[in-house]
Amino acid sequence: MSLFELHYDVSGDDFTRAGEASGDVKANLKKLGFSPAVIRNVVIALYEAEINMVIHAGGGVIDVSIDPDKICMVLTDHGPGIADISLAMKEGYSTAPDNVRALGFGAGMGLPNIKKYTDDMVIESEVGVGTVIKLRVDVKE
Amino acid sequence: MTVREIKEILEAEIICGEDYLDREVFAACGSDMMSDVLAYVKEQAVLLSGLVNPQVVRTAEMMDMQCIVFVRGKHPDESIIELAKDRDIVLLSTGYPMFASCGMLYEKGLRGGAKV
Repeated sequence: MSLFELHYDVSGDDFTRAGEASGDVKANLKKLGFSPAVIRNVVIALYEAEINMVIHAGGGVIDVSIDPDKICMVLTDHGPGIADISLAMKEGYSTAPDNVRALGFGAGMGLPNIKKYTDDMVIESEVGVGTVIKLRVDVKE
Repeated sequence: MTVREIKEILEAEIICGEDYLDREVFAACGSDMMSDVLAYVKEQAVLLSGLVNPQVVRTAEMMDMQCIVFVRGKHPDESIIELAKDRDIVLLSTGYPMFASCGMLYEKGLRGGAKV
């Protein structure tokens, strides 16, 4: 059991609301007194992952568990799944439709960005079933 | 450079955040691609963008950015303004296009990030 746990249902219908969960996590981490650098790593990674969930999977759920030494995030969706994870990890590779690009995303930088800001990233995905992304940010100071 | 100086250099209109014009910014990022912005971390930065949607404000929120300048005279709608007000982010709108806006701020001493 973690010190603090948060759960969010992310709607896949409304792109303009994507990021609400990440914003709420940010507010909670701030209240709990984490440093700006830790908070930034967590929320940037989570925001990219939340956007992905809305763009590609029609929404899903986010669970965040917060401990003094680490913050873990699990994003679960029942979207189309990722056929080739190593290809999806390549900078610039994207399957996002044009309407998503017009909104400032879909440049194929989401997963590389998530990896950059986290200490551990595990993707479990099955085509036609869905995707689970597990992220961990360590509190180093 | 303060937000007030940015406003004056770019002859920008204040959309919201009048109370925060004395905030100091140390760097700037100009992009319409939010994932590129999210790959860029600088303390107390200003974001210049030609993109007008709520995700611009959310991106700035995640990055702890102080101020967003919409270029080419673009104007956000009320829901975007409310989002920014709620997060204490200053919104400015300038008639100058992206390249000119970035150049004018750079000329006055504001810098971007390091080479990747």
